[in-house]
Amino acid sequence: MKKRWIEWLFQPLAVVLALIFTTIVLLIAGANPLQAYGNILSGAFSSTSKVADSLVAWIPLLLATAGLLITFTAGLWNIGVEGQITLGAIFTTWVLRALQDTNTAAWLILLLGFLAGMAGGALWAALVGILRIYGGVNEIFGGLGLNFVSTALVIWLIFGPWKRPGVGSMSGTVPFDERLWLPMLPGLRLSLWALILGILAIVAIYFVLQGSYFGLRLKAVGRNRRAAALMGMSPSRYGLAAFLICGALAGLAGAVQVTGVYHRLIPSISSGYGFLGLLVAMLVNYQAIWVAPIAFFFAALNIGSIQLPIVLKLDSTLSGVLQGSLVLFVLLMDGVRRNLLNRRKE
Amino acid sequence: MNETLIIGLAGILAAAAPLLFAVIGETFTERAGVINLSVNGTILLTAMAGFAVAIATGSTILGLLAGAIIGALIALIIAFSSITLKQSQVAVGFVLTLLCRDLAYFLGNPIMGLSGPTVPHLPIPGLQEIPILGPIFFKHDLLVYSSYLLVIVAYLYFFKTRPGLMLRGIGERPAAAFVRGANVNRLRYLYTILGGALVGLAGPMYSLSVKAGWKGTVSGLDGIGWIALSITIFGAWNPARAAFGAYLFAFLQWLGLALQPSLPNIPSQVLQVAPFPLMILTLMLVNVGNSEWMEQLLSSLPEQQRKLLLKILRVLRSSPPAALGVPFERE
Repeated sequence: MKKRWIEWLFQPLAVVLALIFTTIVLLIAGANPLQAYGNILSGAFSSTSKVADSLVAWIPLLLATAGLLITFTAGLWNIGVEGQITLGAIFTTWVLRALQDTNTAAWLILLLGFLAGMAGGALWAALVGILRIYGGVNEIFGGLGLNFVSTALVIWLIFGPWKRPGVGSMSGTVPFDERLWLPMLPGLRLSLWALILGILAIVAIYFVLQGSYFGLRLKAVGRNRRAAALMGMSPSRYGLAAFLICGALAGLAGAVQVTGVYHRLIPSISSGYGFLGLLVAMLVNYQAIWVAPIAFFFAALNIGSIQLPIVLKLDSTLSGVLQGSLVLFVLLMDGVRRNLLNRRKE
Repeated sequence: MNETLIIGLAGILAAAAPLLFAVIGETFTERAGVINLSVNGTILLTAMAGFAVAIATGSTILGLLAGAIIGALIALIIAFSSITLKQSQVAVGFVLTLLCRDLAYFLGNPIMGLSGPTVPHLPIPGLQEIPILGPIFFKHDLLVYSSYLLVIVAYLYFFKTRPGLMLRGIGERPAAAFVRGANVNRLRYLYTILGGALVGLAGPMYSLSVKAGWKGTVSGLDGIGWIALSITIFGAWNPARAAFGAYLFAFLQWLGLALQPSLPNIPSQVLQVAPFPLMILTLMLVNVGNSEWMEQLLSSLPEQQRKLLLKILRVLRSSPPAALGVPFERE
């Protein structure tokens, strides 16, 4: 019994250490830490519309993390997820722009837009997979390189072929017709459709990984490629499938950002949700069951820190410092815990 | 020789100096068998911190020192988590790269756009008078000269000294090195920290010399660390080939800038990312020889063409140290 206690102690300890670290960072910046934390909390939870905003940020994070669980299970580091979100947004925008002046029904345009977004994300992810399997380019570098390319692509589109009448601007393309906006809950910026999509995605991924034949084989490939290959499972085929699924979900996140949040294509459309998803996946130790609450907590931190520059003249990247140090200390404490257990066994 | 060409070449040597420190530093670390994936974040954080220290103290030397210390500390976290705790090097390195970037932007907010001290120019008397070569090689600051020296020293250390032999041993066959009396894990700590300190110098070399100042997200430094990591691979963990890679990269970047006026239809943001597809392409070139389909293709070719292709692939190929990323366990 006593051993259990000690094991459980390490996670709260990691949280405490992350808070101490962030507090020191705030003190170095000459800020009042309590004021800063209070500001984040009130910025995320003080009203219904703020909680709704946190949910708006939760959706793409949920979608990206759900996809990343699949690539992590296959033993792959899909750092290209940012670019996959962006490509999803580009493809969705493309379809919406092409069809919005036709007589096509709004629901059909949106449906096609979402499918195109998934295809765009999957395409970009497939590129990373192909580069790895046939070109020998590690997926970390392939994905990262394609992230930068996707950013350039968005900027080129916004300032080139899709620029606003007159002169292109960093504020993005011309907003779509209002009939192509995802319907919002009254008085809020939150779309029920997008929320359902996000929840469905993580639930589906949970069941795929827990109970399906595909999930089981994916795990086998991720744990031991060589053994899996000897058992007749092709690691490259499963790896590619994992990339396609993750890319499609990331593309869906891009589609949601375009149709449900910004109603146009903007330069930083992926908003860092891909990288944040990687952090969430690491923090929950790749267990689908914990993704929803942790992702919501991270989303709330992002929304809560938006006001920091206005109220306290602090940069909003404070949320990133808190999130990053949390994951770092959880990884370190997990290592310390295992180290102690091993030592005791010997 | 053309005046603009001389200025261009001199500029390329200067621009490559910080990159060389980062690449050689990472080469030390990876030769010992450890991957420090935090390079991108480390460069951003040390660029900001080095600049902040230089402003506060008025001393660029202290700024550089601060960068080296911070780089070493970040590397210490990597070493501790991967060597002692046996956590995933990729996971910890990636978290650190994001955390350091956010730290740089958060803490650097108040000094954004300030002007600060820069490392003074120091043309070498005598040598700078040499026609053509003088203005290209010897009209820089101390940092650029030390980047030449670093490449030479690192090359000699790796391939001509006993400790260098040991270093290569603990990355290739740690068990064999251990039998010969090497304390594998202690040496890995040492080289990870040394490599981190060199990477940490790259940051202030930007903010105090090549791209003076700190401009937050528009500093143009985000991504350079990933380029450094891929040049380490392109360089096949050999300082000479890595130096070639860094200079080639600096040349291509200069070419992009030089061509910009003649390509007015392409926004500058697009030209700025040109290095990244290039990075993917070069990684493909150096790795494609290891892939399955290439072997199949080779076996289907007629003798003469196969030999030629094999020769090309062998020149290009870059294979990592055998124990890169693998923790060492004493049996």
